[in-house]
Amino acid sequence: MFDYNFHWRPVLKSLPDLLEASLVTLQVAVLSMIIGIIIGLFLSVIKIKTRGLPKWFATCWIELARNTPALFQLFFFGFGLGALGIHLTPFFIVLAGLSFNNAGYLAENFRGGFNAVPETQIKAARSLGMNLWQAYTRILIPQVLRIVYYPMTNQFVWAVLMSSLGMLVGFRELSGETQFFASKTYRIFEYFAAAAIIYYVMVKLILFVSKLLAARLFRY
Amino acid sequence: MIQIDKLQKYFGQLHVLRGIDLQVKKGEVLSVIGASGSGKSTLLYCINGLEQIQGGTITVDGVEVHDKGTDLNKLRQSMGMVFQQWNSFPHLTAIENVALAPRIVKKKSKSEAIEIAKKQLVHVGLEDKLNVYPSELSGGQQQRLAIARALAMDPQYMLFDEATSALDPELVGEVLETMRLLAEEGMTMICVTHEMGFARDVSDRVAFFHDGIIEEIDTAENIFENPKSELTQKFLSKVR
Repeated sequence: MFDYNFHWRPVLKSLPDLLEASLVTLQVAVLSMIIGIIIGLFLSVIKIKTRGLPKWFATCWIELARNTPALFQLFFFGFGLGALGIHLTPFFIVLAGLSFNNAGYLAENFRGGFNAVPETQIKAARSLGMNLWQAYTRILIPQVLRIVYYPMTNQFVWAVLMSSLGMLVGFRELSGETQFFASKTYRIFEYFAAAAIIYYVMVKLILFVSKLLAARLFRY
Repeated sequence: MIQIDKLQKYFGQLHVLRGIDLQVKKGEVLSVIGASGSGKSTLLYCINGLEQIQGGTITVDGVEVHDKGTDLNKLRQSMGMVFQQWNSFPHLTAIENVALAPRIVKKKSKSEAIEIAKKQLVHVGLEDKLNVYPSELSGGQQQRLAIARALAMDPQYMLFDEATSALDPELVGEVLETMRLLAEEGMTMICVTHEMGFARDVSDRVAFFHDGIIEEIDTAENIFENPKSELTQKFLSKVR
């Protein structure tokens, strides 16, 4: 039926390398999420609360992140900055690109979250003598994070999958590593099939853990 | 003492408070009545500095609320506020709701804050709801929780902004009962309210607001039995 013999042995042999590379994938995705959440929070607050230049800046960031291909964003931090003489390592190119993208998407999620919490919550907090920072970090943001928790999980999954673009800027995460072995052995289908399974399991694990975490965090 | 002189407040073009003069002494319970939109609630928001003012002064225990040098976060600790939409913090249990501000604003230790919170929750009759989230409480219980939360800061004054207006009728009683209890304990209170029975029974004085001014202010008895202003008479005949 097929004029092709599957050869899984090379894949099995390099499985430890692939798994190690998937940890790199996870690492860059997690870091880009942490950075993205922090920047995204600031972008959304800036967009809601300010006018003029700061608002313009936040809006530009969000628009670019959401409305251009993620690959181009990665290329900007790789080849774009490279042309200006700033040479990042592949790891930082991917980290910067994903963080930029995450921040833009998350900022819009957060903005929805902020709008969903009644303004009077802040007034109540202030009436108790809390300063603005305390009111935000103790009252507003915990409620916002709950509202955006599942969109945030989605973005995390998205970041894991998007990091595969790293292979195009020479980053040896799971896809880069897979590509490396595939071209070395010409077992292209086998390697990418194995990588797909690893991605699938990783994402399922993330979703499972986030569900457990949600049950612990949000008891109200 | 809260001393208000010639207070002016605008929302854009809208002139909400048109020269309010008012004095509230320690231990006094003042009820503020009047139609919706007459500026009653705005007055409370101005008193604890949640709203800016455009003229006049408000002084609380000698501190001018809207002076640039005033530490509002400190001043607000002396004024508890209870809102119409109760505003319990949904992500915290009842006891966490009450203990949070003592801990992070007054810098009490965790165990001290919990102790204070427990005491105040017992005070408002929620001793069996300590570890319950607000979503599992009725509106009346949430409002009592809000009262406990304000009391935990050990305020000199309590400001009630239509504390019972958003409640189902059968839940109004328990909140009024708690407010009555506070009044009996000698708390200084300003209550913006539509509960005429409460205003009459509990307050020392009643102020009738009309169109951004105090149309009439007098003892509860005089306001309800012998209102001098025609507008007051008209308003009372409508709400009774």
